[in-house]
Amino acid sequence: MNSDSAARDAKIPEPGRPRRLKPLGAAKLFFTDRDKLEPALVSFLAVLFSIAAGIGLIFLVSKDPVQSTKNFLLGPVLRTYNVYYTMIAMVPITFTGLALCIIYQSKYLSLIVDSCFYMGAVVATAIGVNWALPGVVHPIVAMLVSGLVGGLIGLLPAILKIKWRANELVSSLMLNYVFYFLGSFFILYFLRDRDQAILASMPFRKSFALPKLVANTQLHWGFIVAAVFIVLVSLFIYRTKWGYEIRMIGANPKFAAYAGISVPTVALYSHFVSGFIGGVGGAVEMAGLYKAFIWQMNPSYAWDGVIVAMLARKNPKYVPLSALFLAYLRVGADFMSRRGDVAFEFITLLQGLIILILASDKIVNYFKARRLRKAALASGFGPASAAANGGGTAK
Amino acid sequence: MIDFIAGVFGSSNYWFIVLRSTAPILLVTLGAVVTEQAGISNMALEGAMLWAALVGVIASAASGSAWFGLLCGILAAVVVCWILWAFAIKLDANAVLCGVALNLVAHGGTVFVLFSLTGDKGISSSLASKTLPFLKLPYLSDIPWLGGVVSGQNIVVYLAILAVVVVHLVLNKFTIGRRIRATGENLEAARSAGISPDRVKFFALTASGVLAGLAGCFLSMGYTSNFTSGIAAGRGYVANAAQVVAGGTAVGSIFAALIFGLTDALATFLQNVGLPPELIQALPYAVTILGFIVVTLIRDRRESARKRALFARADRAAAAAAPAGKGGA
Repeated sequence: MNSDSAARDAKIPEPGRPRRLKPLGAAKLFFTDRDKLEPALVSFLAVLFSIAAGIGLIFLVSKDPVQSTKNFLLGPVLRTYNVYYTMIAMVPITFTGLALCIIYQSKYLSLIVDSCFYMGAVVATAIGVNWALPGVVHPIVAMLVSGLVGGLIGLLPAILKIKWRANELVSSLMLNYVFYFLGSFFILYFLRDRDQAILASMPFRKSFALPKLVANTQLHWGFIVAAVFIVLVSLFIYRTKWGYEIRMIGANPKFAAYAGISVPTVALYSHFVSGFIGGVGGAVEMAGLYKAFIWQMNPSYAWDGVIVAMLARKNPKYVPLSALFLAYLRVGADFMSRRGDVAFEFITLLQGLIILILASDKIVNYFKARRLRKAALASGFGPASAAANGGGTAK
Repeated sequence: MIDFIAGVFGSSNYWFIVLRSTAPILLVTLGAVVTEQAGISNMALEGAMLWAALVGVIASAASGSAWFGLLCGILAAVVVCWILWAFAIKLDANAVLCGVALNLVAHGGTVFVLFSLTGDKGISSSLASKTLPFLKLPYLSDIPWLGGVVSGQNIVVYLAILAVVVVHLVLNKFTIGRRIRATGENLEAARSAGISPDRVKFFALTASGVLAGLAGCFLSMGYTSNFTSGIAAGRGYVANAAQVVAGGTAVGSIFAALIFGLTDALATFLQNVGLPPELIQALPYAVTILGFIVVTLIRDRRESARKRALFARADRAAAAAAPAGKGGA
C-alpha cells in the first residue's frame, strides 16, 4: 500500500499505457513542427547532394555520360518492367530497414540482421524443398520458422553484449561471416542440386511459391507482406509497452534503468524481434522471387537497411518512402550498368555518403542550431549577443 | 589424426604460414589499440585496408615501384582515417556509424575503381603490379627448423614485429602516448590539463591509418600478388575484437593476433584433410569471438579477486581499528 502511493507520488512514468493517436490530417502525418521538418529537409538535401555526387562520378568515368546519367535517373520509370523491379527491390530492404529501425530505436548498433536474413533464406530453402504442405500454408510456415531462426540468431550479439560486454557491432560483423559460411555449407552439403553446374539448391516445391500480385510480372505477394510488417512494426514501436521501453532506453538508458526498465531484457527482445523480421524477409525473398536458392554471395541487404532506417529517422512510418528511394537508386544504377560502362558498385559510394551526412549531428541539426542562434541574438542573450549589439546594429 | 596434428604443428611450413597470416592482423590490431586508447573506435579499419590494398596495386603498377605503391597505399588508408576524424570529431557524427559508412564505400568503391580502370570486377591481374620484397635473413636462415619459419618472410612481416616495439614505446614512453591514454581515460581531465583531445585523436587516427595501410598493402603486394574484391576479408573487424583481447596494449596485440593467425593457418592445412572448406573458413571468426569471451571471463575473475582482496584488507583494518577506537572512547 505504502510503496504504491509512494510510486504514484514520485510520478514515475507508466510504461504500460500507450500514447493515444491524435486525429491526423495528411500534412500532419508527416511534418508536424520545425524540429521534425528541418531534419527531414537535411535528409532531402543529403539525398540530392549524393545524387549530384553520383552524376559527377558518372561524368568522370563514363564515355557517354549523358546517356548513362539519363539511364541512372530515369531508368526505373522508362520501362514498365523496371517499375515492377523497383517495387520488388523495395521488399527485402523494407524488411532489413524495419529490423534496423527497432535496433536503432534502442540505441544499439548491430548488423546481425544480415545473418538473420541470409539464414532465413537458407531455412526457407530447406522447408521449401523438403516439406510437403498445402499451397498457402507452405510459405507462411516457412516465414514463421525462418523468423524464429532469425530471431534466435539475432539474440546472439545481445547475449554477448550483456554477458561479456562485447561490442554488439563488432560481434555481429564476426557472426555475419560465421553464419554466411555456415549457411553456404548447409546449402552445399544438404540441399545442393548436383545436376546444376552453378551452386544452386534443389528446386522448391510448387506450393512454396508466393502468388504473383500482378499477372505476368515478378511482383509477388511479399510486397503486401512487407506493407503489413510496416504497420505491425509501427504499432510495436509506438503502441506497445515493449516499444515504449525500447524508445525509453534509446532516449536515455540511465533514466530508463532508474524508472525500472530492465535494460538487458529490452536488449534481448528488441534483438529477437528485429532478427525475426530479418528472417521473415529472407523467407519472403526466397518464396516470392526464386525457384531455388541461387545466391552465390550474400546479398547483404542489412547494409541497405542501415540507410533505409537512417533516412526514415528510425520511424517505420517513413520506411516505405526511404525504401522506395533506395530501390529506385539501385534499379537505376543496375539499368545504367547493364547499358553502359559504369559499374553498379558506384551506388555504394552514394549510400556511404548519405550515411556519413545523416550520421553527423552538426549537419543534421544545422538549421535548428542556426534558428536557435538567431533567436538568441534577437532576444539579446546568448554568447554572441555582445558582438551583435556592438557592431551588428547597422544590419 | 594425431599423426596429422603432430605433422602440422611440427612442420616449419605451418609456423611460416602462421607468421604470415598473423602479420596483417597484428598491424591492424595495433591500429585499433592506438585509437581505442585515444577514446575513439576506428571501425573504418576494414575500409582503410581495402583502399590501401587497391591504391598500392595501382600505384605500383603505374610507377613500377613497389615502394611508391606502398607509400600511396598508406596515404590512402590515412586519408580514410582523416575522413573519419573530420566527420566524427568535427561534425559530431557517431564514429561507429561513420566507420560502417566508410567500409560500405570501400567495399563498393574499390570494385568501382577497379572496374573503371581494368574492366574487371574481381581481380587486378591485368595490372602489372609489383610485390614487396621477401627477405632472406643472413644467419637465421641457416638454422635448420627456425630458419624455415622466420626467414624468407615478406618485409612487412618484419615491419609488423617492429611496429609492436614502436607502438609499445610510443604509448608508454613518449609524451604523445601519455596524452593518447589520458584522452582515452578521461577526456575532460585531459582537456583541463591543456591537452587538445581533437589533435590527439587526429594523431591516433593517422597512426592507425599508417598501420592499416601497411597491412592492406601487404595483403595485395606480398600475401598475394593481386588485389581481389573484398581482400581484407573482415580483418579490420577482427582487429576491433582483437583489440579488446589485447587489453589495449601493444604486447597483448601479439597474442590476440596470434589467435587469428593460428586458426587461419590451420584452416589452410585442414582443407587438405577433406573437411568442408566452408566450416573451416568460418573458424577464425568464431575463434576470435571465443577468444574475446575467454579473455573477458578471465579479466572479470581477476578483477573480482582483486576487489575481494581489497575488501578483506579493509575488513581486517577495520577489525584492527575497532578495539582501539573503543578503548579511546
